[in-house]
Amino acid sequence: MTKVKSLADLKMMKDSLKSKISLREKGENSENLVQIKVAMATCGIASGAKVVMDFLLEELDKRGINSVVTQTGCMGYCYAEPTIEVKRPGQEPVVFGYVDTKKADEIIEKYIKNGELVDGIIPTNYETIDGEK
Amino acid sequence: MHLLVCGGTGCRASSSDLIVDRLKAEIASNGLENDVQVIMTGCFGFCEKGPIVKVLPDNTFYTQVKPEDAAEIVREHALKGRKVTRLLYTDPVKKEHVSDSKHMGFYRKQIRIALRNCGFINPENIDEYIARDGYQALGKVLTEMDPQKTIDIIKKSGLRGRGGGGFPTGLKWEIASKNKADQKYVVCNADEGDPGAFMDRSVLEGDPHSVLEAMAICGYSIGASKGLIYIRAEYPLAIKRLKVAIDQAHEYGLLGNDIMGTGFNFDIELRYGAGAFVCGEETALIHSMEGLRGEPTNKPPFPAESGYLGKPTNVNNVETFANVAPIILKGAEWYTSIGTEKSKGTKVFALAGKINNVGLIEVPMGTTLREIIFEIGGGIRNGKKFKAVQTGGPSGGCLTEKHLDIPIDFDNLVAAGSMMGSGGMIVMDEDDCMVSVAKFYLDFTVDESCGKCTPCRVGNKRLSELLGKITDGNGELEDLERLRNLSNVIKDTALCGLGQTSPNPVLSTLDNFYDEYLSHVVDKKCKAGRCKSLMQYVIDPEACVGCTACARNCPVNAISGERKKPHEINTAICIKCGACIEKCKFDAISIK
Repeated sequence: MTKVKSLADLKMMKDSLKSKISLREKGENSENLVQIKVAMATCGIASGAKVVMDFLLEELDKRGINSVVTQTGCMGYCYAEPTIEVKRPGQEPVVFGYVDTKKADEIIEKYIKNGELVDGIIPTNYETIDGEK
Repeated sequence: MHLLVCGGTGCRASSSDLIVDRLKAEIASNGLENDVQVIMTGCFGFCEKGPIVKVLPDNTFYTQVKPEDAAEIVREHALKGRKVTRLLYTDPVKKEHVSDSKHMGFYRKQIRIALRNCGFINPENIDEYIARDGYQALGKVLTEMDPQKTIDIIKKSGLRGRGGGGFPTGLKWEIASKNKADQKYVVCNADEGDPGAFMDRSVLEGDPHSVLEAMAICGYSIGASKGLIYIRAEYPLAIKRLKVAIDQAHEYGLLGNDIMGTGFNFDIELRYGAGAFVCGEETALIHSMEGLRGEPTNKPPFPAESGYLGKPTNVNNVETFANVAPIILKGAEWYTSIGTEKSKGTKVFALAGKINNVGLIEVPMGTTLREIIFEIGGGIRNGKKFKAVQTGGPSGGCLTEKHLDIPIDFDNLVAAGSMMGSGGMIVMDEDDCMVSVAKFYLDFTVDESCGKCTPCRVGNKRLSELLGKITDGNGELEDLERLRNLSNVIKDTALCGLGQTSPNPVLSTLDNFYDEYLSHVVDKKCKAGRCKSLMQYVIDPEACVGCTACARNCPVNAISGERKKPHEINTAICIKCGACIEKCKFDAISIK
């Protein structure tokens, strides 16, 4: 175990440890963050959703994008798995299909960062009953 | 995804540790170890509905979770993103499920300073405390501020002792710092003894490092290199987490010698109390730590001059310490912006008694009793009528309906005839008899009196006997005057703060519920139906069908009557146990 040798040391330590609990702090103001849901039902996982999820978690953190990544159930587009839903603050959610890590990278760079739409959007034709907020 | 499981004593008693095990096992069997973490935290405060499991980042708040529910939470929520609706909190008024704790009435009015990390971090992991700015305040005072400047900030913040007395903390530190000695001590008073109080225990269980850090800051300010925590032995979980925390702080060099390379040394040891109420009084506490009898001594000399082993000693309560680090980091102005003119910041209260949301809350000073009891506390159980709230433990008093709208702070509560105390709040409804309540507290004081001074040892015993006489139905009108006189004498003559305040429950009930005393003494009636000697069980001959259920169940054979004919109770033999009322299917038996 390393000793804390100075206040600067402690601050560095804090910065490196921050990510451990940042997910919890984000819960407090999730409305203002990019929210991404990865469909992780059997179909999604079988098509590689877990890899995409891990990629998103890691890359968004690395690229300094404040976001909340959660898993969700089957969205119904089993033919297009893995699917992810991205909601930029104040905007309607957009669903992307056939997302592999390459696609995910493109979504981060173009849609999440700049709001540019990319190929692979699945038009949503349902409404959700979001009663409990 | 993080699953936070409450690891406070209350929730652990309802097997929250088993919930953690089951959650972890279920996560492993679904191969989600990398995506979902289970963290055992301190108290969330919402003890009424424990055990609590909170899911982040979506802020879902599950209540009354059982170990059997773990599999469903993982399979439904963690894997498929579907909330387990049946475990969500149901708003008692709207009857709707509330999934996000931010929208619960219980949390809406709260500001959490002392409890900032309770229910958020794992108390047994120093890294999580550091990630939440832990030990930054200590680093700041050691490298950027001198002791006097530190004291000045605490003074300016207006922080007052949270143990009950409300003495200005900064001033206390300053006095201790000015007394010269080769060795000084910082003592943390964790001898929480008021009936129904669990604020300090929850802070120590949920965020032990916040207390350790503040003690070190205090040590630097007053020139002490040793800290002692006096904690009652009946808080095993708090003791365990403190030990873990002290060890971890040592490993990181945040306690011990040459902290953060500044040359400042500070060490903390634990001292166990045997659970005597009087040892919460600072001079008695110090004597107990010295291995002597836990008896108070006259002040002066104050501990700041001559305390532990005759050296200058600064004693602060757990919650007081828990406020220190945020004040240093955010500044005195920030702290003074919260609260009332003379009482700054927040106060933690332990809600107990006949209230819907039993639990731990932290509200800004100046919040009214009505907000606490009816908004945060969710009102009185079973739709009964509010009668009184007892604040300040055995040293406090009972406040009534007419006090509901006064903003709570140290001075307002004293003016209303009670006191802040350490923060216990016991709510009573129409079924509580105030004379019996006063007697309960007096009996507590009689049990806990150390016996050193006569007013407390003998006077409280006499008070309790007088109250007993009244609840037994033998009270006379003069007894009420005797109660008041004797109370005032004890108040003026007892040696320590505990003795001086011990008659408060009697005085405040006399003031606020005089008619209830009168009806006990004059009409020989207890409206609440608590005082057995003043009650009579009677059978309504109209309603009684003569089924003999009551007679067969009466343990003393006080009920007689023929089959299919109305029965009668012989009140001379009746012990008023209530067994007959329970058995009667026709509501024919009542208490008069």
